[in-house]
Amino acid sequence: MGTDLKEALFAFTLRLGDTSLVLGHRLSEWCGHAPELEEDIALTNVALDLVGHARMLLTHAGELEGKGRDEDRLAYRRDVFDYRNHLLVEQPNRDFGHTIVRQFLHDAWAVELYGRLCTSRDETLAGIAAKAVKEVRYHVRHSGDWLVRLGDGTDVSHARVADALGRLWPYTGEMVERDGAEQALVAAGIVPDPADLKAAWTARVEAVLEEATLDRPADGWMQKGGRRGEHSEHLGYLLAEMQFLPRAYPDATW
Amino acid sequence: MYTQALDAKTEQGAQPSPRLVTEQEAALQSRFQERVDAEEKIEPRDWMPEGYRRTLVRQISQHAHSEIVGMLPEGNWITRAPTLRRKVALLAKVQDEGGHGLYLYSAAETLGVSRDELIGQLLSGKAKYSSIFNYPTPTWADIGAIGWLVDGAAIMNQVPLCRCSYGPYARAMVRICREESFHQRQGYELMLALAQGTPEQKRMAQDALNRWWWPSLMMFGPSDEQSAHSAQNMAWKIKRFSNDELRQRFVDATVPQAEFLGLTIPDPELRFNAETGHYEFGAIDWTEFNEILKGNGPCNRERIEARRKAWDDGAWVREAAVAHAAKRRQRALKKAG
Repeated sequence: MGTDLKEALFAFTLRLGDTSLVLGHRLSEWCGHAPELEEDIALTNVALDLVGHARMLLTHAGELEGKGRDEDRLAYRRDVFDYRNHLLVEQPNRDFGHTIVRQFLHDAWAVELYGRLCTSRDETLAGIAAKAVKEVRYHVRHSGDWLVRLGDGTDVSHARVADALGRLWPYTGEMVERDGAEQALVAAGIVPDPADLKAAWTARVEAVLEEATLDRPADGWMQKGGRRGEHSEHLGYLLAEMQFLPRAYPDATW
Repeated sequence: MYTQALDAKTEQGAQPSPRLVTEQEAALQSRFQERVDAEEKIEPRDWMPEGYRRTLVRQISQHAHSEIVGMLPEGNWITRAPTLRRKVALLAKVQDEGGHGLYLYSAAETLGVSRDELIGQLLSGKAKYSSIFNYPTPTWADIGAIGWLVDGAAIMNQVPLCRCSYGPYARAMVRICREESFHQRQGYELMLALAQGTPEQKRMAQDALNRWWWPSLMMFGPSDEQSAHSAQNMAWKIKRFSNDELRQRFVDATVPQAEFLGLTIPDPELRFNAETGHYEFGAIDWTEFNEILKGNGPCNRERIEARRKAWDDGAWVREAAVAHAAKRRQRALKKAG
């Protein structure tokens, strides 16, 4: 693999790893505070899967980069502007409805992405995707089912998820954005075509929104920047919390 | 994780009130006791004395509540775990505790109470949960100390419960014990990393041991002389060993582990008695224990408030789920009709 391609693959893998880690962190904030015991267990389980994916992806990213950074070095010793996660996943939990909408918008993308990455020419990535896709299929069913229950539940639940959908929709453009470096990976058969991914994501989301009796928001201005390290104010607090121990005790191993 | 032994004299309601027993009932009771004596499992549809049922409902539900409340002090560190490996292990552990809560509530439901009713008792403050979870987890070492000591004490209490006379409880305990012993090893391994780490990490580990040692000993409940229900619970084979016996086993197992870590148990009177082969230890401060039972522990209010908040904040979600299920049923009926 040429240097440019390797750099592009590093950027892609890091972005996916960061997105999994940050979303896993957000979900783990629910642990012990969910609306019912089954959801405490389910949200924790999804968080566990996502952090698991992040570990594999960050490890792979570190190897591609070749500078000796392992999963923990990447997770715990980068500041906001070096994080590459989607802005969607760093948005705060707010309430269970927002959490579910955020999760569904992400899961619908992740399941399509990992499904296609299973045949990636990068064998490691294909192996990670093969493991992840099994879990993500369950995630999208879980978040999709809840979106339907809440959308087609009571007036209160409908209003809450409709509000969440309106707030979070502008963060979805970034997930299927194209850039030059990624085009080279597409051409090399390493990552799927974003246009194809976008169509599959849209179809999946529209089907669930219809069942949930929710209107699909119009595609207006999309918030972007996560892929370039331009984040909302929320990420800094998340990292401050996550990175506290390794930052406070830089010489320690745990 | 586990609740403390549940037979303090302050507890009410375990003993059936004295009354005249019919001949038929006496026969049932004696048949019941024969089955228990023969180590047969009692199953939900079998006849059982009312006191046995009440004792089990109380014990199993307190155990379930303890698992659920116990998610909070450890959950406190999930977002701050210092490596991704530790984060995943902690998430999995706390998730296991939620799972334990779920099977225990199910075991309690076989005795004719609903989970909602039991949760209502927890949220109203009527039901108890293990006092150990009313202590805070201010540092990362607390996660190690809980796994090592609290889960360690829990295992001592729980392994005999795998042979409890009530089938659904005994079977739930088998699975729970397997997971708990895994948690205990993880906790110890975490402590070992700290104890072998930098001086600051070692200090963190010692500080956690200082705070968790005595509360862990209290998890076994009051001493045998103070314990009200032991004899009946032993006869029913709900309980197999006395509080003091289990506490002694825990001390004997744990002191060498602390020595291996190079940490000091915070008890100046602790010494090995070569004649008995056991460690002797100092007097437990039951005043503190009783104050926490009364609600005056460092985190009693926060824990219950957190559970109530989760329940109240989630009300609209549960209502929506019920409303949606009703809509689905109606649509299915329309389609069929």
